[in-house]
Amino acid sequence: MPKIMFIAADGTTREVTASADQSLMEVALGAGVPGIVAECNGAAACATCHCYFDPAYAGYAGEIGEHENEMLDFTASERTADSRLSCQVHVVAEMEGMTVRLPSAQ
Amino acid sequence: MTRVVIAGGGQAGSSAALKLRGLGFHGEIVLIGDEPIAPYQRPPLSKSYLLGKSAPDALLIRPVSLYRDKNIALRLGCRVDRILAQARRIETSTGGLGYDHLILATGAKPVRLDPSVGGALGNVFTVRTIEDIDRIAPLFQAGRRLLVVGGGYVGLEAAAVAAQSGLRVVLVEMADRILKRVASAETAAYFCALHARHGVRILESTAIRQLEGNGTAAYARLSDGEELAVDLVIVGIGVKPEVALANSAGLDVDDGIKVNEFGRTSSEGIWAAGDCASFPYRDKRIRLESVPHAIDHAETVAANICGAQRPYIASPWFWSDQFDVKLQIAGLNANYDRVVVRDAGRPGAASHWYFRGNTLLAVDAMNDARSYMIAKRLIASGLSPDPRSVGSPSTDLSHFLKSVAPARALQHCVPAAGADHDGAGSSSQA
Repeated sequence: MPKIMFIAADGTTREVTASADQSLMEVALGAGVPGIVAECNGAAACATCHCYFDPAYAGYAGEIGEHENEMLDFTASERTADSRLSCQVHVVAEMEGMTVRLPSAQ
Repeated sequence: MTRVVIAGGGQAGSSAALKLRGLGFHGEIVLIGDEPIAPYQRPPLSKSYLLGKSAPDALLIRPVSLYRDKNIALRLGCRVDRILAQARRIETSTGGLGYDHLILATGAKPVRLDPSVGGALGNVFTVRTIEDIDRIAPLFQAGRRLLVVGGGYVGLEAAAVAAQSGLRVVLVEMADRILKRVASAETAAYFCALHARHGVRILESTAIRQLEGNGTAAYARLSDGEELAVDLVIVGIGVKPEVALANSAGLDVDDGIKVNEFGRTSSEGIWAAGDCASFPYRDKRIRLESVPHAIDHAETVAANICGAQRPYIASPWFWSDQFDVKLQIAGLNANYDRVVVRDAGRPGAASHWYFRGNTLLAVDAMNDARSYMIAKRLIASGLSPDPRSVGSPSTDLSHFLKSVAPARALQHCVPAAGADHDGAGSSSQA
Protein backbone atom coordinates (compact mmCIF):
# COMPACT_ATOMS: atom_id res chain seq x y z
CA MET A 1 0.00 0.00 0.00
CA PRO A 2 2.43 2.71 -1.13
CA LYS A 3 1.96 6.32 -0.14
CA ILE A 4 1.95 8.59 -3.16
CA MET A 5 2.12 12.37 -3.07
CA PHE A 6 0.05 14.28 -5.62
CA ILE A 7 1.14 17.85 -6.27
CA ALA A 8 -1.30 20.15 -8.04
CA ALA A 9 -0.16 22.84 -10.44
CA ASP A 10 -0.62 25.49 -7.77
CA GLY A 11 1.63 23.60 -5.38
CA THR A 12 -0.96 22.11 -3.06
CA THR A 13 -0.10 18.57 -2.02
CA ARG A 14 -2.18 15.56 -1.15
CA GLU A 15 -0.77 12.29 0.12
CA VAL A 16 -2.80 9.21 -0.73
CA THR A 17 -2.35 5.59 0.23
CA ALA A 18 -2.71 3.56 -2.94
CA SER A 19 -3.49 -0.08 -3.53
CA ALA A 20 -1.32 -2.13 -5.84
CA ASP A 21 -3.00 -2.76 -9.19
CA GLN A 22 -5.04 0.41 -9.13
CA SER A 23 -4.13 2.86 -11.83
CA LEU A 24 -2.79 6.23 -10.72
CA MET A 25 -5.95 7.73 -12.17
CA GLU A 26 -8.11 5.54 -9.95
CA VAL A 27 -6.01 6.48 -6.95
CA ALA A 28 -6.45 10.18 -7.65
CA LEU A 29 -10.16 10.01 -8.43
CA GLY A 30 -10.93 7.76 -5.50
CA ALA A 31 -9.29 10.21 -3.11
CA GLY A 32 -10.98 13.20 -4.71
CA VAL A 33 -7.67 14.75 -5.80
CA PRO A 34 -8.53 17.67 -8.08
CA GLY A 35 -6.63 17.97 -11.35
CA ILE A 36 -7.49 14.65 -13.01
CA VAL A 37 -10.61 14.71 -15.16
CA ALA A 38 -10.60 11.27 -16.82
CA GLU A 39 -13.55 11.76 -19.14
CA CYS A 40 -13.34 8.21 -20.42
CA ASN A 41 -12.90 6.61 -16.98
CA GLY A 42 -9.60 4.99 -17.95
CA ALA A 43 -10.09 3.72 -21.49
CA ALA A 44 -7.13 5.74 -22.86
CA ALA A 45 -9.61 7.52 -25.11
CA CYS A 46 -9.53 11.12 -23.87
CA ALA A 47 -6.08 12.27 -22.60
CA THR A 48 -7.62 14.17 -19.68
CA CYS A 49 -5.89 12.12 -16.99
CA HIS A 50 -2.49 13.53 -17.90
CA CYS A 51 0.11 13.59 -15.15
CA TYR A 52 3.83 14.22 -14.75
CA PHE A 53 5.37 11.10 -13.32
CA ASP A 54 8.21 11.21 -10.80
CA PRO A 55 11.35 10.62 -12.88
CA ALA A 56 13.07 8.90 -9.95
CA TYR A 57 10.47 6.13 -10.22
CA ALA A 58 10.18 6.04 -13.99
CA GLY A 59 11.36 2.44 -14.13
CA TYR A 60 8.23 1.28 -12.31
CA ALA A 61 5.73 3.03 -14.57
CA GLY A 62 5.84 0.58 -17.42
CA GLU A 63 6.60 1.45 -21.01
CA ILE A 64 4.55 4.01 -22.88
CA GLY A 65 2.55 2.12 -25.51
CA GLU A 66 2.12 3.39 -29.03
CA HIS A 67 -1.46 4.52 -28.48
CA GLU A 68 -0.68 6.30 -25.21
CA ASN A 69 2.27 7.95 -26.90
CA GLU A 70 0.04 9.44 -29.60
CA MET A 71 -2.58 10.58 -27.11
CA LEU A 72 0.09 12.31 -25.02
CA ASP A 73 0.91 14.59 -27.95
CA PHE A 74 -2.52 16.14 -27.50
CA THR A 75 -2.77 16.83 -23.82
CA ALA A 76 -4.07 20.25 -22.86
CA SER A 77 -0.93 21.00 -20.86
CA GLU A 78 2.55 20.73 -22.26
CA ARG A 79 3.95 17.27 -22.80
CA THR A 80 7.28 16.64 -21.09
CA ALA A 81 9.56 13.64 -20.73
CA ASP A 82 7.64 12.81 -17.53
CA SER A 83 4.18 12.90 -19.12
CA ARG A 84 1.98 9.83 -18.73
CA LEU A 85 -1.72 9.08 -18.97
CA SER A 86 -2.36 8.22 -15.35
CA CYS A 87 -4.92 5.59 -16.36
CA GLN A 88 -2.13 3.61 -18.00
CA VAL A 89 0.22 3.54 -15.02
CA HIS A 90 -0.42 0.88 -12.42
CA VAL A 91 0.56 1.18 -8.81
CA VAL A 92 3.25 -1.14 -7.50
CA ALA A 93 4.65 -1.35 -3.98
CA GLU A 94 7.94 0.18 -5.11
CA MET A 95 6.14 3.47 -5.73
CA GLU A 96 6.24 4.17 -1.98
CA GLY A 97 7.14 7.81 -1.46
CA MET A 98 6.69 8.77 -5.09
CA THR A 99 5.48 12.16 -6.32
CA VAL A 100 3.03 12.74 -9.13
CA ARG A 101 2.62 16.26 -10.47
CA LEU A 102 -0.67 17.31 -12.02
CA PRO A 103 -0.96 19.74 -14.91
CA SER A 104 -2.74 23.08 -14.83
CA ALA A 105 -5.31 21.99 -17.38
CA GLN A 106 -6.79 18.80 -18.79
CA MET B 1 -32.05 23.44 2.70
CA THR B 2 -32.24 22.94 -1.04
CA ARG B 3 -32.56 19.31 -2.02
CA VAL B 4 -31.57 17.88 -5.37
CA VAL B 5 -32.90 14.40 -6.04
CA ILE B 6 -31.33 12.41 -8.85
CA ALA B 7 -33.39 9.57 -10.28
CA GLY B 8 -30.87 7.21 -11.82
CA GLY B 9 -27.66 5.70 -10.50
CA GLY B 10 -25.65 5.46 -13.68
CA GLN B 11 -23.00 7.65 -15.28
CA ALA B 12 -25.17 10.75 -15.67
CA GLY B 13 -26.56 10.50 -12.16
CA SER B 14 -23.14 10.10 -10.62
CA SER B 15 -21.62 12.92 -12.67
CA ALA B 16 -24.42 15.30 -11.75
CA ALA B 17 -24.08 14.57 -8.05
CA LEU B 18 -20.30 14.98 -8.01
CA LYS B 19 -20.40 18.11 -10.13
CA LEU B 20 -22.92 19.76 -7.81
CA ARG B 21 -20.49 19.29 -4.92
CA GLY B 22 -17.62 20.37 -7.12
CA LEU B 23 -19.41 23.62 -7.84
CA GLY B 24 -19.85 24.26 -4.13
CA PHE B 25 -23.48 23.22 -3.79
CA HIS B 26 -24.04 22.69 -0.08
CA GLY B 27 -27.64 21.46 -0.11
CA GLU B 28 -28.84 17.90 0.11
CA ILE B 29 -28.13 15.50 -2.71
CA VAL B 30 -29.95 12.18 -2.90
CA LEU B 31 -28.97 9.81 -5.69
CA ILE B 32 -31.45 6.99 -6.28
CA GLY B 33 -30.56 3.93 -8.34
CA ASP B 34 -32.60 0.79 -8.91
CA GLU B 35 -29.56 -1.46 -9.18
CA PRO B 36 -28.13 -2.63 -5.83
CA ILE B 37 -24.68 -1.33 -6.75
CA ALA B 38 -23.16 2.15 -6.58
CA PRO B 39 -22.82 3.87 -9.98
CA TYR B 40 -20.55 1.88 -12.23
CA GLN B 41 -19.08 2.04 -15.72
CA ARG B 42 -20.90 0.07 -18.38
CA PRO B 43 -18.29 0.01 -21.18
CA PRO B 44 -16.08 -2.56 -19.42
CA LEU B 45 -19.04 -4.93 -18.99
CA SER B 46 -18.74 -6.28 -22.53
CA LYS B 47 -14.95 -6.24 -22.30
CA SER B 48 -12.75 -6.69 -19.26
CA TYR B 49 -15.56 -7.64 -16.87
CA LEU B 50 -16.86 -10.34 -19.21
CA LEU B 51 -13.30 -11.58 -19.59
CA GLY B 52 -13.13 -11.91 -15.83
CA LYS B 53 -10.35 -9.32 -15.63
CA SER B 54 -12.16 -6.82 -13.43
CA ALA B 55 -13.74 -7.28 -10.04
CA PRO B 56 -17.13 -5.55 -9.65
CA ASP B 57 -15.51 -2.92 -7.43
CA ALA B 58 -13.14 -1.98 -10.21
CA LEU B 59 -16.14 -0.95 -12.30
CA LEU B 60 -17.37 1.65 -9.84
CA ILE B 61 -17.20 5.17 -11.22
CA ARG B 62 -15.96 6.34 -7.82
CA PRO B 63 -15.50 4.42 -4.57
CA VAL B 64 -18.58 4.40 -2.36
CA SER B 65 -16.57 6.20 0.31
CA LEU B 66 -16.24 9.24 -1.94
CA TYR B 67 -20.01 9.77 -2.08
CA ARG B 68 -20.06 9.52 1.70
CA ASP B 69 -17.19 11.98 2.04
CA LYS B 70 -19.04 14.41 -0.22
CA ASN B 71 -22.32 13.95 1.60
CA ILE B 72 -24.12 12.47 -1.37
CA ALA B 73 -26.77 10.09 -0.09
CA LEU B 74 -26.98 6.91 -2.14
CA ARG B 75 -30.26 5.03 -2.16
CA LEU B 76 -29.42 1.84 -4.01
CA GLY B 77 -31.80 -0.91 -4.98
CA CYS B 78 -34.51 1.74 -4.82
CA ARG B 79 -36.98 2.32 -7.61
CA VAL B 80 -38.67 5.66 -8.31
CA ASP B 81 -42.31 4.81 -8.97
CA ARG B 82 -43.94 8.15 -9.56
CA ILE B 83 -43.27 11.86 -9.86
CA LEU B 84 -45.81 14.22 -8.32
CA ALA B 85 -44.63 17.30 -10.17
CA GLN B 86 -47.04 19.81 -8.63
CA ALA B 87 -46.06 18.77 -5.14
CA ARG B 88 -42.39 18.40 -6.07
CA ARG B 89 -42.36 14.92 -4.61
CA ILE B 90 -41.38 11.50 -5.80
CA GLU B 91 -42.69 8.16 -4.61
CA THR B 92 -40.19 5.35 -4.39
CA SER B 93 -40.11 1.69 -3.41
CA THR B 94 -38.65 2.77 -0.06
CA GLY B 95 -40.76 5.82 0.62
CA GLY B 96 -41.58 9.29 -0.68
CA LEU B 97 -39.23 12.25 -0.94
CA GLY B 98 -39.67 15.93 -1.65
CA TYR B 99 -37.32 17.81 -3.94
CA ASP B 100 -36.42 21.31 -5.04
CA HIS B 101 -34.79 20.01 -8.18
CA LEU B 102 -35.24 16.58 -9.72
CA ILE B 103 -32.75 15.29 -12.27
CA LEU B 104 -33.99 12.40 -14.39
CA ALA B 105 -30.96 10.30 -15.30
CA THR B 106 -32.83 7.10 -15.95
CA GLY B 107 -30.73 5.96 -18.87
CA ALA B 108 -31.88 3.51 -21.50
CA LYS B 109 -33.05 -0.06 -21.64
CA PRO B 110 -31.80 -2.63 -24.14
CA VAL B 111 -34.22 -3.72 -26.83
CA ARG B 112 -34.98 -7.41 -26.42
CA LEU B 113 -35.75 -10.03 -29.02
CA ASP B 114 -39.46 -10.67 -29.00
CA PRO B 115 -40.53 -13.69 -26.92
CA SER B 116 -42.36 -15.04 -29.96
CA VAL B 117 -38.97 -15.38 -31.66
CA GLY B 118 -37.40 -16.92 -28.56
CA GLY B 119 -36.21 -13.77 -26.84
CA ALA B 120 -37.31 -14.99 -23.41
CA LEU B 121 -35.38 -18.25 -23.50
CA GLY B 122 -33.01 -18.75 -20.60
CA ASN B 123 -29.70 -18.37 -22.48
CA VAL B 124 -30.64 -15.24 -24.40
CA PHE B 125 -29.12 -12.11 -22.90
CA THR B 126 -28.85 -8.39 -23.39
CA VAL B 127 -25.76 -6.63 -22.07
CA ARG B 128 -26.47 -3.60 -19.96
CA THR B 129 -25.94 -4.47 -16.31
CA ILE B 130 -23.48 -6.27 -14.09
CA GLU B 131 -26.25 -8.78 -13.43
CA ASP B 132 -26.47 -9.53 -17.17
CA ILE B 133 -22.77 -10.35 -17.31
CA ASP B 134 -22.89 -12.36 -14.08
CA ARG B 135 -25.57 -14.52 -15.67
CA ILE B 136 -23.68 -14.85 -18.95
CA ALA B 137 -20.35 -15.73 -17.34
CA PRO B 138 -21.01 -19.41 -16.55
CA LEU B 139 -21.98 -20.02 -20.18
CA PHE B 140 -19.02 -18.07 -21.48
CA GLN B 141 -16.59 -20.96 -21.92
CA ALA B 142 -14.10 -21.86 -24.62
CA GLY B 143 -15.64 -24.09 -27.23
CA ARG B 144 -19.20 -22.90 -26.63
CA ARG B 145 -21.16 -21.57 -29.57
CA LEU B 146 -22.17 -17.95 -29.24
CA LEU B 147 -24.71 -16.28 -31.47
CA VAL B 148 -24.56 -12.50 -31.39
CA VAL B 149 -27.63 -10.73 -32.66
CA GLY B 150 -26.81 -7.23 -33.86
CA GLY B 151 -23.77 -5.72 -35.52
CA GLY B 152 -23.50 -2.52 -33.51
CA TYR B 153 -20.83 -1.75 -30.92
CA VAL B 154 -22.23 -3.93 -28.16
CA GLY B 155 -22.55 -6.94 -30.46
CA LEU B 156 -19.12 -6.48 -32.01
CA GLU B 157 -17.42 -6.02 -28.66
CA ALA B 158 -19.10 -9.11 -27.25
CA ALA B 159 -18.09 -11.04 -30.35
CA ALA B 160 -14.48 -9.90 -30.01
CA VAL B 161 -14.23 -10.82 -26.35
CA ALA B 162 -15.86 -14.18 -27.03
CA ALA B 163 -13.50 -14.99 -29.88
CA GLN B 164 -10.55 -14.10 -27.67
CA SER B 165 -11.94 -16.45 -25.04
CA GLY B 166 -12.14 -19.36 -27.45
CA LEU B 167 -15.87 -19.38 -28.10
CA ARG B 168 -17.14 -20.08 -31.60
CA VAL B 169 -18.89 -16.93 -32.69
CA VAL B 170 -21.47 -16.15 -35.32
CA LEU B 171 -22.84 -12.60 -35.54
CA VAL B 172 -25.98 -11.77 -37.50
CA GLU B 173 -26.87 -8.30 -38.66
CA MET B 174 -30.22 -7.50 -40.22
CA ALA B 175 -29.00 -4.52 -42.28
CA ASP B 176 -26.78 -4.92 -45.29
CA ARG B 177 -23.72 -4.06 -43.22
CA ILE B 178 -22.64 -3.93 -39.60
CA LEU B 179 -22.56 -0.52 -37.90
CA LYS B 180 -25.09 0.65 -40.49
CA ARG B 181 -26.68 3.21 -38.22
CA VAL B 182 -23.45 4.78 -37.09
CA ALA B 183 -20.65 4.28 -39.59
CA SER B 184 -19.69 4.17 -43.25
CA ALA B 185 -19.23 1.19 -45.52
CA GLU B 186 -15.48 1.75 -45.22
CA THR B 187 -15.54 1.45 -41.44
CA ALA B 188 -17.90 -1.52 -41.59
CA ALA B 189 -15.54 -3.25 -44.01
CA TYR B 190 -12.58 -2.60 -41.73
CA PHE B 191 -14.31 -4.26 -38.79
CA CYS B 192 -15.71 -7.12 -40.83
CA ALA B 193 -12.19 -7.94 -41.94
CA LEU B 194 -10.86 -7.60 -38.39
CA HIS B 195 -13.45 -10.00 -37.00
CA ALA B 196 -13.01 -12.42 -39.88
CA ARG B 197 -9.27 -12.59 -39.18
CA HIS B 198 -10.12 -13.69 -35.66
CA GLY B 199 -12.59 -16.34 -36.76
CA VAL B 200 -15.83 -14.50 -36.07
CA ARG B 201 -18.40 -15.33 -38.71
CA ILE B 202 -20.38 -12.20 -39.58
CA LEU B 203 -23.60 -12.63 -41.57
CA GLU B 204 -25.00 -9.36 -42.90
CA SER B 205 -28.52 -9.00 -44.35
CA THR B 206 -29.45 -11.84 -42.03
CA ALA B 207 -32.13 -11.90 -39.38
CA ILE B 208 -33.20 -14.39 -36.74
CA ARG B 209 -36.38 -16.18 -37.76
CA GLN B 210 -36.63 -18.28 -34.61
CA LEU B 211 -34.64 -19.44 -31.62
CA GLU B 212 -35.70 -22.97 -30.76
CA GLY B 213 -35.23 -25.02 -27.66
CA ASN B 214 -36.82 -26.19 -24.47
CA GLY B 215 -36.35 -23.42 -21.95
CA THR B 216 -33.03 -22.49 -23.50
CA ALA B 217 -32.17 -21.86 -27.13
CA ALA B 218 -30.44 -24.82 -28.76
CA TYR B 219 -30.86 -23.80 -32.40
CA ALA B 220 -31.24 -20.58 -34.31
CA ARG B 221 -33.10 -20.56 -37.59
CA LEU B 222 -31.84 -17.71 -39.76
CA SER B 223 -33.62 -15.75 -42.48
CA ASP B 224 -31.47 -17.40 -45.16
CA GLY B 225 -32.68 -20.80 -44.00
CA GLU B 226 -29.51 -21.81 -42.19
CA GLU B 227 -29.86 -23.56 -38.85
CA LEU B 228 -27.17 -22.90 -36.26
CA ALA B 229 -26.58 -24.82 -33.09
CA VAL B 230 -26.13 -22.37 -30.21
CA ASP B 231 -25.18 -22.48 -26.55
CA LEU B 232 -25.52 -18.78 -25.77
CA VAL B 233 -27.19 -15.84 -27.45
CA ILE B 234 -26.21 -12.22 -26.83
CA VAL B 235 -28.54 -9.57 -28.19
CA GLY B 236 -27.26 -6.09 -29.01
CA ILE B 237 -29.97 -4.48 -31.11
CA GLY B 238 -30.18 -1.06 -29.58
CA VAL B 239 -31.58 0.68 -26.54
CA LYS B 240 -34.68 2.69 -25.82
CA PRO B 241 -34.60 5.68 -23.47
CA GLU B 242 -36.28 5.08 -20.12
CA VAL B 243 -39.15 7.58 -20.28
CA ALA B 244 -41.89 5.80 -18.32
CA LEU B 245 -41.58 8.08 -15.28
CA ALA B 246 -41.56 11.20 -17.41
CA ASN B 247 -44.49 9.97 -19.49
CA SER B 248 -46.70 9.23 -16.53
CA ALA B 249 -45.84 12.60 -15.02
CA GLY B 250 -46.96 14.31 -18.20
CA LEU B 251 -43.53 15.62 -19.24
CA ASP B 252 -42.87 16.20 -22.93
CA VAL B 253 -41.23 13.16 -24.48
CA ASP B 254 -39.75 13.06 -27.99
CA ASP B 255 -37.31 10.22 -28.56
CA GLY B 256 -36.36 10.55 -24.93
CA ILE B 257 -37.30 12.99 -22.22
CA LYS B 258 -37.40 16.32 -24.00
CA VAL B 259 -35.09 18.96 -22.59
CA ASN B 260 -34.09 22.41 -23.74
CA GLU B 261 -30.55 23.63 -24.21
CA PHE B 262 -30.13 23.98 -20.45
CA GLY B 263 -31.33 20.49 -19.66
CA ARG B 264 -34.72 21.56 -18.37
CA THR B 265 -37.76 19.41 -19.09
CA SER B 266 -41.22 20.81 -19.77
CA SER B 267 -41.89 20.77 -16.05
CA GLU B 268 -40.48 23.38 -13.72
CA GLY B 269 -37.82 21.99 -11.39
CA ILE B 270 -37.34 18.79 -13.38
CA TRP B 271 -34.22 18.26 -15.46
CA ALA B 272 -32.93 15.34 -17.50
CA ALA B 273 -29.54 14.26 -18.80
CA GLY B 274 -27.74 11.41 -20.54
CA ASP B 275 -29.12 8.41 -22.43
CA CYS B 276 -32.70 9.15 -21.40
CA ALA B 277 -32.92 12.66 -22.81
CA SER B 278 -33.28 14.31 -26.20
CA PHE B 279 -31.83 17.79 -26.57
CA PRO B 280 -31.27 20.46 -29.22
CA TYR B 281 -28.13 20.06 -31.31
CA ARG B 282 -27.50 22.58 -34.10
CA ASP B 283 -30.84 22.71 -35.89
CA LYS B 284 -32.08 19.31 -34.77
CA ARG B 285 -33.11 17.38 -31.69
CA ILE B 286 -30.99 14.35 -30.95
CA ARG B 287 -30.21 11.78 -28.34
CA LEU B 288 -26.63 10.63 -27.82
CA GLU B 289 -25.76 7.25 -26.36
CA SER B 290 -22.24 7.71 -25.02
CA VAL B 291 -20.35 7.99 -21.77
CA PRO B 292 -18.79 11.37 -22.54
CA HIS B 293 -22.18 12.82 -23.39
CA ALA B 294 -23.76 11.45 -20.21
CA ILE B 295 -21.01 13.12 -18.18
CA ASP B 296 -21.05 16.46 -20.01
CA HIS B 297 -24.82 16.70 -20.14
CA ALA B 298 -25.19 15.87 -16.45
CA GLU B 299 -22.47 18.35 -15.49
CA THR B 300 -24.18 21.06 -17.52
CA VAL B 301 -27.44 20.39 -15.68
CA ALA B 302 -25.60 20.56 -12.36
CA ALA B 303 -24.07 23.90 -13.36
CA ASN B 304 -27.47 25.21 -14.40
CA ILE B 305 -29.08 24.12 -11.16
CA CYS B 306 -26.41 26.30 -9.57
CA GLY B 307 -27.48 29.19 -11.79
CA ALA B 308 -24.91 29.06 -14.59
CA GLN B 309 -27.37 29.42 -17.51
CA ARG B 310 -25.01 27.45 -19.69
CA PRO B 311 -26.42 25.91 -22.87
CA TYR B 312 -25.24 22.39 -23.54
CA ILE B 313 -23.25 22.24 -26.75
CA ALA B 314 -22.59 18.60 -27.46
CA SER B 315 -19.18 17.65 -28.73
CA PRO B 316 -19.94 14.07 -29.69
CA TRP B 317 -17.17 11.57 -29.29
CA PHE B 318 -17.07 7.88 -28.66
CA TRP B 319 -14.75 4.92 -28.50
CA SER B 320 -14.96 1.13 -28.95
CA ASP B 321 -12.32 -1.50 -28.25
CA GLN B 322 -12.38 -4.68 -30.34
CA PHE B 323 -9.43 -7.10 -30.33
CA ASP B 324 -6.30 -4.97 -30.56
CA VAL B 325 -8.09 -2.13 -32.29
CA LYS B 326 -9.14 1.05 -30.60
CA LEU B 327 -11.84 2.83 -32.60
CA GLN B 328 -12.16 6.51 -31.69
CA ILE B 329 -14.94 8.58 -33.18
CA ALA B 330 -15.40 12.33 -33.14
CA GLY B 331 -18.40 14.23 -34.48
CA LEU B 332 -21.66 13.04 -35.97
CA ASN B 333 -21.62 11.83 -39.54
CA ALA B 334 -25.31 12.28 -40.38
CA ASN B 335 -25.87 13.29 -44.02
CA TYR B 336 -22.29 12.77 -45.12
CA ASP B 337 -21.75 12.55 -48.86
CA ARG B 338 -18.09 11.60 -48.95
CA VAL B 339 -15.67 9.50 -46.92
CA VAL B 340 -11.95 10.15 -47.24
CA VAL B 341 -9.74 7.25 -46.22
CA ARG B 342 -6.44 8.16 -44.66
CA ASP B 343 -3.76 5.52 -44.27
CA ALA B 344 -1.76 6.06 -41.09
CA GLY B 345 1.25 4.25 -42.50
CA ARG B 346 1.11 1.41 -39.97
CA PRO B 347 -0.63 -1.92 -40.55
CA GLY B 348 -4.25 -1.71 -39.47
CA ALA B 349 -4.06 1.99 -38.65
CA ALA B 350 -6.36 4.26 -40.62
CA SER B 351 -8.92 6.98 -40.28
CA HIS B 352 -12.11 7.64 -42.18
CA TRP B 353 -13.11 11.29 -42.52
CA TYR B 354 -16.75 12.13 -43.21
CA PHE B 355 -17.52 15.25 -45.23
CA ARG B 356 -20.65 16.91 -46.50
CA GLY B 357 -19.37 18.94 -49.40
CA ASN B 358 -16.24 20.47 -47.94
CA THR B 359 -17.47 20.46 -44.36
CA LEU B 360 -15.85 17.98 -42.00
CA LEU B 361 -18.53 16.20 -40.00
CA ALA B 362 -16.86 13.32 -38.22
CA VAL B 363 -13.94 10.92 -38.10
CA ASP B 364 -13.63 7.22 -37.36
CA ALA B 365 -10.01 6.50 -36.35
CA MET B 366 -8.74 2.96 -35.95
CA ASN B 367 -5.49 2.70 -33.95
CA ASP B 368 -4.79 6.24 -35.09
CA ALA B 369 -5.08 8.42 -32.03
CA ARG B 370 -3.24 11.25 -33.73
CA SER B 371 -5.83 11.59 -36.49
CA TYR B 372 -8.61 11.28 -33.96
CA MET B 373 -7.31 13.98 -31.64
CA ILE B 374 -6.62 16.39 -34.49
CA ALA B 375 -10.02 15.75 -36.07
CA LYS B 376 -11.76 16.19 -32.72
CA ARG B 377 -10.23 19.64 -32.32
CA LEU B 378 -11.05 20.63 -35.88
CA ILE B 379 -14.66 19.54 -35.51
CA ALA B 380 -15.04 21.30 -32.18
CA SER B 381 -13.64 24.47 -33.77
CA GLY B 382 -15.89 24.21 -36.80
CA LEU B 383 -12.89 23.92 -39.13
CA SER B 384 -12.72 21.73 -42.20
CA PRO B 385 -9.46 20.65 -43.80
CA ASP B 386 -9.34 20.15 -47.54
CA PRO B 387 -10.57 16.59 -48.17
CA ARG B 388 -7.86 15.85 -50.68
CA SER B 389 -5.09 16.85 -48.28
CA VAL B 390 -6.57 14.65 -45.61
CA GLY B 391 -6.44 11.65 -47.89
CA SER B 392 -2.84 12.18 -48.83
CA PRO B 393 -0.44 10.31 -46.51
CA SER B 394 2.21 12.95 -47.03
CA THR B 395 0.03 15.63 -45.45
CA ASP B 396 0.96 16.47 -41.89
CA LEU B 397 -2.44 16.81 -40.22
CA SER B 398 -1.11 19.00 -37.44
CA HIS B 399 -0.75 21.71 -40.06
CA PHE B 400 -4.54 22.15 -39.91
CA LEU B 401 -4.39 22.86 -36.22
CA LYS B 402 -2.60 26.13 -36.78
CA SER B 403 -5.95 27.80 -37.39
CA VAL B 404 -7.48 26.27 -34.30
CA ALA B 405 -7.81 28.35 -31.16
CA PRO B 406 -5.05 27.35 -28.75
CA ALA B 407 -5.75 24.26 -26.69
CA ARG B 408 -6.46 26.43 -23.64
CA ALA B 409 -9.81 27.48 -25.10
CA LEU B 410 -11.01 23.91 -25.16
CA GLN B 411 -9.65 22.85 -21.82
CA HIS B 412 -11.11 21.91 -18.56
CA CYS B 413 -10.15 24.41 -15.92
CA VAL B 414 -8.33 22.84 -13.02
CA PRO B 415 -9.36 24.63 -9.87
CA ALA B 416 -7.13 26.43 -7.42
CA ALA B 417 -6.49 25.07 -3.95
CA GLY B 418 -9.47 25.14 -1.63
CA ALA B 419 -12.04 24.55 -4.33
CA ASP B 420 -13.37 21.06 -4.16
CA HIS B 421 -13.99 20.27 -7.80
CA ASP B 422 -14.41 17.02 -9.56
CA GLY B 423 -13.97 17.45 -13.28
CA ALA B 424 -14.64 21.15 -13.11
CA GLY B 425 -14.97 23.42 -16.04
CA SER B 426 -16.85 23.46 -19.28
CA SER B 427 -15.69 20.11 -20.54
CA SER B 428 -15.69 19.32 -24.22
CA GLN B 429 -17.50 22.42 -25.32
CA ALA B 430 -16.30 24.39 -28.27
